[in-house]
Amino acid sequence: MSKAAELAKIGEVATNSQIGGRRNIVINGAMQVAQKATSATGLGNDNDEGYPTVDRFKVQGNAGAGRFTMTQEAVTDLPGFPECIKLDCTTADTSIAAAERLFIQTKFEGQDLQGTGTGTADAKSITVSFYAKASASFKFVLALLNVDNDRYAGSTFDVTSSWQRFIVTFPADTDDGSSPFDNDNADSLNLRFFLHAGSNYTSGTLSNTFANAVAANTYDSDADSFYSNTANNFFLTGVQMEVGSQATNFEHRSFGEELALCQRYLYVQREDASTGDGFFGTGQCNNTTSLHLGFPHSVPMRLAHGSTFVFDTVTDYRVQSAGGLDICSAMGGVSSSPNTSLVFATVGSGLVAGDGGNLIIAANSPVDIKIDSEL
Amino acid sequence: MNWIESAKYFQIDSERKLINITGKDGKTYSVPNGTQTENRHYKDLQEWVKIDGNTIADAD
Repeated sequence: MSKAAELAKIGEVATNSQIGGRRNIVINGAMQVAQKATSATGLGNDNDEGYPTVDRFKVQGNAGAGRFTMTQEAVTDLPGFPECIKLDCTTADTSIAAAERLFIQTKFEGQDLQGTGTGTADAKSITVSFYAKASASFKFVLALLNVDNDRYAGSTFDVTSSWQRFIVTFPADTDDGSSPFDNDNADSLNLRFFLHAGSNYTSGTLSNTFANAVAANTYDSDADSFYSNTANNFFLTGVQMEVGSQATNFEHRSFGEELALCQRYLYVQREDASTGDGFFGTGQCNNTTSLHLGFPHSVPMRLAHGSTFVFDTVTDYRVQSAGGLDICSAMGGVSSSPNTSLVFATVGSGLVAGDGGNLIIAANSPVDIKIDSEL
Repeated sequence: MNWIESAKYFQIDSERKLINITGKDGKTYSVPNGTQTENRHYKDLQEWVKIDGNTIADAD
């Protein structure tokens, strides 16, 4: 690069505010946080597998015969990145139906994307960078879907059995000049790593320039299938998305910082009798069968009232009150604000209205209460 | 929505109730009762109840 070009590039980076903190719009891009689980098997049999392992990274598609295991995997051959996502094909699918597809994605709230200017005359390019490798050489597809305006752009990337950093810059999308991302907490943009697709998604032309989304333009016709062989593995980490045309070094954040960012979308209280008291909290008995428990969140969550509460087997919880210990027969929960929730524990009988009571674990451990506010 | 085994209303008090979805993984997914356009589990439930034979059972 000539001196003049170098200076121009530095100027561009400065203009786009790419110097300084908080360049990376992706949360948990280094795959450090896996609150829910570090491994999930038998994936691929549902069109939406949710967030099986690493926080903020969702598995989705249209199911076929292929199955895989997803893990948060330790990395030993990529300095600076101790964790990655690993997908391990466990059932091959070599007869690909037209409607099949598989992708990993992370989703963004519109209010976190206003700096892109997308959909306005001030639109800026978006640069995505990531590290990936596989068990062999494959061509896969990286894509962005503008959910608010149904706009799509994608680009192929060629993985090998060694880690590489891939950089893809998507040109600014002014669209009609008056369609910015919604400035709210809803899903506005999806960053997708496509690993498999049938002919419904490959019969058109993939382009890294945004255009109205067309299913046929989703995947490249020359791209490969992750499901082609049970020997196939795919590894991903260091995912970064930033405003501007220059990929800067990956923005490493502390584990605590990354965890707090993830907890806006998923909060897990895990109690384990072997490492603690197995105590979820104290509440008040509402009647002879129900304990109501205030449940504060560690950070304000994305949804004020619409979160899902996920409980393990209900008999894994019990209520401790003046009347003794009672195994739960049902559990429920509802958010009362982004900051706090109420958990309801039902037992057969034995509680006294107005008495205090503790919610604790029963015999098995660890036991979770999860509050899911994911996109 | 392949993950849903069954669904049942859960009475919080005399006026309020929510919906408990039992997943095929044996876990309880407790979602608000109402139009929750931003709750992905509630959206799946709406698709699940469209299938013949799938209903949300009354609360105990």
